Amino acid sequence: MDWMYFLELAVNGALAGLMYALVAIGIVLIYKSSSVPNLAQGALTMVGPYLVLAFAGQVGLSMWVAIPLAMLSMFVLGVAIERIALRRLAGQPIVMILMMTLGLDIFLRATALTFWGGSGRNMAIGISDAPLFVGPLLVNRAYAIGAAVTLVLFAISVFFFRTRMGVVLRAIADDYTASWSVGISVERGVALSWALSAVAATAAGVLWGSVQTVDQSLSLLLLKGITVGVLGGLDSIGGALLAGLLLGILENVASGYLDPLLGGGTRELVVAAVLILTIMVRPHGLFGRHDIERI
Amino acid sequence: MLYRRAGIFHTSYAHDRALFPIPFERRAMWALLAVALAAPWIFSSLALSSYIRPWLIWTSAVLGLNLVLGWAGQFHFGYAAIMGMGAYASVHAARNGIPWEIAVVLGGLTATGVGVVFAFAALRVKGLYLALSTLAMQFVMDWVISHVPAISGGVSATLQAPPMKLLGQAITSEVGTYYVVLAWTVAVTVFMLNLRRSALGRALVAVREKDYAAAVIGVQAFRYKLVAFAASAFIGGVSGAMLIFGFYHAVTPEQFAVNVSIEVLAMVIVGGLGSIIGSFFGTAFILLLPGQMNELISAIARAVGADIGVETLAHIPYMIYGASIIAVLLIEPMGLGKLYGNIRNYLMVWPFGYVRK
Repeated sequence: MDWMYFLELAVNGALAGLMYALVAIGIVLIYKSSSVPNLAQGALTMVGPYLVLAFAGQVGLSMWVAIPLAMLSMFVLGVAIERIALRRLAGQPIVMILMMTLGLDIFLRATALTFWGGSGRNMAIGISDAPLFVGPLLVNRAYAIGAAVTLVLFAISVFFFRTRMGVVLRAIADDYTASWSVGISVERGVALSWALSAVAATAAGVLWGSVQTVDQSLSLLLLKGITVGVLGGLDSIGGALLAGLLLGILENVASGYLDPLLGGGTRELVVAAVLILTIMVRPHGLFGRHDIERI
Repeated sequence: MLYRRAGIFHTSYAHDRALFPIPFERRAMWALLAVALAAPWIFSSLALSSYIRPWLIWTSAVLGLNLVLGWAGQFHFGYAAIMGMGAYASVHAARNGIPWEIAVVLGGLTATGVGVVFAFAALRVKGLYLALSTLAMQFVMDWVISHVPAISGGVSATLQAPPMKLLGQAITSEVGTYYVVLAWTVAVTVFMLNLRRSALGRALVAVREKDYAAAVIGVQAFRYKLVAFAASAFIGGVSGAMLIFGFYHAVTPEQFAVNVSIEVLAMVIVGGLGSIIGSFFGTAFILLLPGQMNELISAIARAVGADIGVETLAHIPYMIYGASIIAVLLIEPMGLGKLYGNIRNYLMVWPFGYVRK
């Protein structure tokens, strides 16, 4: 067994996993505040970088103006989705809410492709392709920067949850009715969590877009985001971070060794297997609240 | 108006349990069946083969999914994988010289086997977690179908399907295929209609409403969840086989990928959970509307003189598809079947609207 190879796979996997956590945080935020499983997070992750490219390419702004501008637009989009689509479905059976988020996913994806086309575009945010060696290990520079940005965003979110608005969000996540009765506007809190997760999706999309290209495949991050979310516990933001690390390492190492044996494409398989096993063995995830009903 | 009854005068239990107690609905059903039988002479052959036939096949699949989702209340996000297993098994069987009827039943049985595997998730968890685990299983099945050469013949391979054969007689004409498909859809519809008034159907509904309560009154929730998954998988498997033999004529892995699962699910939800007529409406809505709208849009664009790119035009149906799901859920969360039900309820007592409870 080649330990260097193993370690390299593990390190790169861990860095990529942190970027999966960024997708998962969006799902967790919304689930925590409103118990809505957001299956449109993949589409949001795809629409974000398309918006950045639209601002940068078609309007001709600098990348560093375009990204905040896109985040602002995504903030508005998140609020709009909650206000128009999800609020009216409150209290309906969960299958309709799931279907609504799937419908949003299809609609957003198709809209982005209708306006901007399906061919892959480059997201140049100035990360060089030069190899980065940490000791003897070859690390993907884009992954490393992405992971660093994720950690910074996570730290910011920790501080955010200590502000007044963050406390409001925590209260809503903890108990819907109780926060309502003390005068917290639950609707606004839920809308804010949608907006924040749309912003997180933009960040994740821009980072992944700079690693690969910006095209339809960005929406496939949904499966990874969901797996990370479930593995960490759907209502635990810290859990998402750790689960991202775990899934990233597992996926990269397993596919590194299995791909030559099984003829490729095992990445998705490993992720799906982790999702199934998590649900079968420990449905509330590593850090989730244990109130899953089983019969 | 049309549906109006002057009181309820059941004189026998059989009458009380009739499928269509309202005379108008009974006559409408016979009329519809007559139209369906005469369809080859009423509709053009293009409409028959490219709209009506796929609509019938998908409706039978949607009814199967409705059995598990609408009746038993168990989420199933991997229905396309089930249909795919049925399709592949029956195509392989038919290519190896097994009589067509037996090959299709074998496909159904294979699908039942896979469906029972999906049911194991349902025995462990429910709600959102069941949805996610069946979705993950769909991904696994996608991978298995496309990466196991024994099933698909290798990555991106296409398997040609032999023609349908009834009692050794090959059915190659459009009209003949249509009748085979129609027979299957009618059979599934009759089964589902009767499910409503059978012990099995009531047990499934009890499990859907509250599985604890069902267990308390003596309905074994485990057993009925398993039965629901298995029965719907059989219907799905045979429908998948029909889809290949009666419409596509060749089978590839992407015909049963995860987005197809979502599409069937959308048909069920848009049609209405547990609604049979809704399954017909929902399938037509999701299957036929985007294409029609697309033609309308390109016609308008041509008339105005606007230039719409080929690629843009290719993505517009998906936009309409997503938007129509959102619109139906916002306007009537219980689906198109409920809209029909509303009209029926209104006409039942018209013009005495205050009679309604």
